[in-house]
Amino acid sequence: MNAAARATGQLGGSSIGSTVARFLRRNAWVLALWALLGALVVFTITIQPRWGAPQLTILAIAALPYAFAAAAQTTAVLVGGIDLSVAAMMTFTSVCAAVLMEGQSEEFGIVAVALVLLLGLGLGMVNGLSIVLTRVPDIVVTLAFFFIWEGAALMVLDAPGGSSARWLRDLIIGPVGGFVVPAEIGDWLPKSLLLLVFSLGIVWIPLKRSRLGLSIYAVGSDQLAAFRSGIAVDRTRVAAYALTGLFSAMGGLILTMNTGLGTPIQGPYLLASVAAVVLGGVSLAGGKGGLVGPIVAVFILRLVRQDLTLMSIDPNVAQVTEGAIMVAVVLVGALVALRSRRS
Amino acid sequence: MPATATEPTTHLLDASGIVKTYGAVQALRGASLSVLPGEVHALLGANGAGKSTLVKILTGAVRPDSGEIVVQGQPRTVHSPAEARRAGLVSVYQEPALIPDLDVLSNLRLTDTPIEAFLAWVAKLGIDDLDLYEMAHDLPLATLRILDLARALAYEPNVLLLDEMTAALPADLAEKVLEVVGAQRESGRSVIFISHRLLEIGALCDRATVLRDGETVGVVDMEAGAEDRIVELMLGASNEEERSIHHRVVRAAAPTPADDTGSTVGATTDAAGPPRLRIRDLSAGTRLKGVSFDLYPGEVLGLVALEGQGQDELFGILSGARKPTQGQLEVDGHEAHFGHPADAIAAGLVYVPGDRAEALLMQRSVRENIALPSSARPRRWGPIRMSAEKSSVDAAIDKLQIDTRAQGEVRRLSGGNQQKVTIARWIAEGVDTLLCFDPTRGIDIRTKRQIYHLLRELADAGTAVLLYTSELEEVQLACDRAVVIFNGQVVAEMDAAVADEPTLMRAAYGLESTNGGEAGVGVLRAGGSR
Amino acid sequence: MSGISKPMDEQVQRRRFDLRALFRDRPIIPLIILLLVLVAVVEILQPGIVSPRWAGNIVRFAVPLAILAAAQTLTMLTGGIDLSVGIVATMTAFVMATQVAYMDPVLAIPLALAVAAVFGLANGIGVGIFRVHPLIMTLAVGLVVEGLLLVYQRQVLGGSVNLPEVITWLGAGRSFGNIPNSLLVFIPLAIFMWFLTKRTGFGRLLYALGDNEGATRLSGVRYWQVMIALYVLSALLAGVGGLVYIGLIKANSLSLAVPLLLPSVAAAVIGGTSIFGGRGGYGGTIIGALVLQVIATLLLVLQVPEGTRRIVFGLIILGVTAAYTRITEER
Repeated sequence: MNAAARATGQLGGSSIGSTVARFLRRNAWVLALWALLGALVVFTITIQPRWGAPQLTILAIAALPYAFAAAAQTTAVLVGGIDLSVAAMMTFTSVCAAVLMEGQSEEFGIVAVALVLLLGLGLGMVNGLSIVLTRVPDIVVTLAFFFIWEGAALMVLDAPGGSSARWLRDLIIGPVGGFVVPAEIGDWLPKSLLLLVFSLGIVWIPLKRSRLGLSIYAVGSDQLAAFRSGIAVDRTRVAAYALTGLFSAMGGLILTMNTGLGTPIQGPYLLASVAAVVLGGVSLAGGKGGLVGPIVAVFILRLVRQDLTLMSIDPNVAQVTEGAIMVAVVLVGALVALRSRRS
Repeated sequence: MPATATEPTTHLLDASGIVKTYGAVQALRGASLSVLPGEVHALLGANGAGKSTLVKILTGAVRPDSGEIVVQGQPRTVHSPAEARRAGLVSVYQEPALIPDLDVLSNLRLTDTPIEAFLAWVAKLGIDDLDLYEMAHDLPLATLRILDLARALAYEPNVLLLDEMTAALPADLAEKVLEVVGAQRESGRSVIFISHRLLEIGALCDRATVLRDGETVGVVDMEAGAEDRIVELMLGASNEEERSIHHRVVRAAAPTPADDTGSTVGATTDAAGPPRLRIRDLSAGTRLKGVSFDLYPGEVLGLVALEGQGQDELFGILSGARKPTQGQLEVDGHEAHFGHPADAIAAGLVYVPGDRAEALLMQRSVRENIALPSSARPRRWGPIRMSAEKSSVDAAIDKLQIDTRAQGEVRRLSGGNQQKVTIARWIAEGVDTLLCFDPTRGIDIRTKRQIYHLLRELADAGTAVLLYTSELEEVQLACDRAVVIFNGQVVAEMDAAVADEPTLMRAAYGLESTNGGEAGVGVLRAGGSR
Repeated sequence: MSGISKPMDEQVQRRRFDLRALFRDRPIIPLIILLLVLVAVVEILQPGIVSPRWAGNIVRFAVPLAILAAAQTLTMLTGGIDLSVGIVATMTAFVMATQVAYMDPVLAIPLALAVAAVFGLANGIGVGIFRVHPLIMTLAVGLVVEGLLLVYQRQVLGGSVNLPEVITWLGAGRSFGNIPNSLLVFIPLAIFMWFLTKRTGFGRLLYALGDNEGATRLSGVRYWQVMIALYVLSALLAGVGGLVYIGLIKANSLSLAVPLLLPSVAAAVIGGTSIFGGRGGYGGTIIGALVLQVIATLLLVLQVPEGTRRIVFGLIILGVTAAYTRITEER
């Protein structure tokens, strides 16, 4: 059997065992996160036996903006960059959505959503183009846009205002219930969670297999090799930042849907997005990781917070605990990375 | 295009008048290169002559200030690697172009490489256990380079540009590469072959273009005696003595029992007292499996090995960058355990890597680079005595004849001068034991000679020098003794006088030497496990 | 200089006045020009406003920012960053302000700085020993400090803001007319920074680490040692900045210096310190801080609404760094 056939043989029929082993090895971090989330759920039920579907729904709604922020940051980090303006973009799009929908019919909500998503893409593209054209490092450019988009939000609304279509708000409140699925399952499925999975999935899943998705990973992994492989590096980076803008806009919409208003003040989503990315196993150097890890990390952090409240711990102490957990996870992760590099 | 009386056919590639200036430095001042169909064409030049710039321009990585590139009679603009590929120009660079965090298959999909053709080439190049799902960062460097080449070949390029292709390859893969390269000729395709290995070029290439100081100084037909002409062109006007010594560099493969006075081989070493380093059964990782030898003060010991036989691990241990899994190391009779390069340095072992990028602070000045070790320990974090530093740095620059001002940025220096800076930083402090890992790789002949002289001087002053070299001819030029490592163990130890290329080569492959009997000189150990 | 002769044309080129090279090698010059231009614009828009009093005010407000930016400059030289300076500065100021109720300022101030140093130590250990990326480590430590501050605030009988006189004198006071007293702290600090970065082994190591960490390891540098020293120093600088700032603002708050965090990064970046490390210095940062302060005033003078102010601020950061990149880029 010649080498080509043997190699092609690998392509078609590698053993199930080795494929599984490879999957486990490559996704070890994310699997550990799922395990941690599971353990936390068990813990939560232990301390609060009445924890059930309503609490899960509250958890999901609270996690939603953080999850979109994490998704946005993940995209930027995967291409080898970072975006310090994620929270500002969320604020700006949130405010625009609220103003657009003010005094309009319910149907107009769809138009508003479409426009705001387009706006997010546009904001991200401006970020990306600025980075690529000025050749200034992304941290600095997005730092500048942190102020610019925040200022833009203030120009649209100088105080909380605007409104949101009712059906949009209903979209994230409560569980799926008896709609389409039997109520026993449906009660446990928060609509917000479905919305999250749907909106991220519809963008990310086709992207990941596509040429653009591979290019994003390639550029993040080794920009020079990507260039030499014939990839349009600049265009890829702009696309990645545009995606960041899109996910930020989704987050902004959620903010408006949640409160029914637009608030021109940045929430704590920037730091949280970076934390989620790190905890989610995405390498800050780029090219490694996926969207699932950071989302799971967001839920872990929100659940921890919920647990601390359930345990009646002083909210200030809760803050310290959250920070300390982050420090611990980060140190452990770094230790693991060090250990594997040494061997 | 009608053929003129003297010019027979349309060139496949014709680059002319290429000019490129970076700030105040003119990298290319009218370089030219023409390649005929069906030829293997060498591109030569000392470091700093403009070779790498020309390569980058031809393959779209850099835009020229002026000049013309004509491909098969049509002028083309080549402003990106993708455009170059469309024009039929594909290059294989020294750094692998595979994305580390993607598996091989994704890498191929990313560049629209025809998979069947790719696999066929991979087989032809001698790799027969490729797993397409393996992550690129898990593959060894040699494999990555072969995959790069296979990928380039799968595009069926008219002109294939190979930049130091054989430099990082073990001899068996290198041979396959040369075979494949030669075969390209038969389909009317051409290869531009960049290398410092004159013998390879002599065996493989049809013609050679020589660059010097940014322009093309000659195109040579590769016939008998071409190597001399090439060396002449590379050096420019040089005096008789230099030329004769360079001829010797080129002819080093032929064993000369009685050595000439001009070469730099030192006298056979008598063990001058106790060894500086005593290495016993040192093992590490999967590739170093129990190496033992001694290194004496005042000698230059050459270490020879094919790629990946454990020499990286060995140097890692000696320099303090990694810990051995087994074995002992004694320095001046005391057992040594290094946890960090600082420990090794404290024990007098200093390490000069062959990869300049590894060792140098590219954006900083020559002075800062040379003075770096003196600020390393916390005790030395305080105020610097500027004038004392200046004089010691200047002394080091003078001694090594580094062609620069102390304030200049290191990245502006040529490769040879950069290598000198990496050595200079240890001269300034004084050196007990010098570990050099392939210091002359990719460096022009003149600087190589200077480095050999320097190593000789250091040895004569009492330093123990361990020199790993991938160029076998260097052993007889620069070393007193040689040690050959194969499969992670020492398989031969000999005096430089008998360490000619064939002998070393056989030992490096783990074969028993046919050169059994230069009576009484050196020790040959039986080949290691095959 | 070694006696190697240079080719003729290179010498001729050097004699010609190369503006680009001047800007590239002394990037502080275009910065100073920018500062002067901005001041001129302010004067044009409100004739008469530029006066020694006004200048003194600018400096007064720029000093705490410049001190925080000093911390940022040092960490950025190694390719790192310190996102905890804002909250550490706040914590230091808060501790000092609350402890003076129980002890002498001579004890309260060092105590507060010691607290800052502990956080710096945490940063240094994370970055130096565990090899966590500085952005992440300082971010995480910052979150912890924020929480600890909240907890501490509950413990201490809050409210009584009795800042010691020395602090308010230093932070807000002036002497000889318009010269801010904080210069008494700042000028020695600036001299210290200059000396540290240009004339000490430690300073060399910062640049070296930012350029090529592997090369420093081969030369015997132990990364963890330098990192711990660096981040402790950064935290101390942040602490000093916080003390001066509270003296200026004269109000105790839980987010006192936090708004100074991003501007501290901006000041260092505008000043020419590369975020990738290996390049830059404190001189530029000082001018950067002044530039930011003048811009803030300019926007106030123009009575520009809050939103537009933010936008302009961001655009200036972008513009200056883009121009700087264009001037200094080689290819």
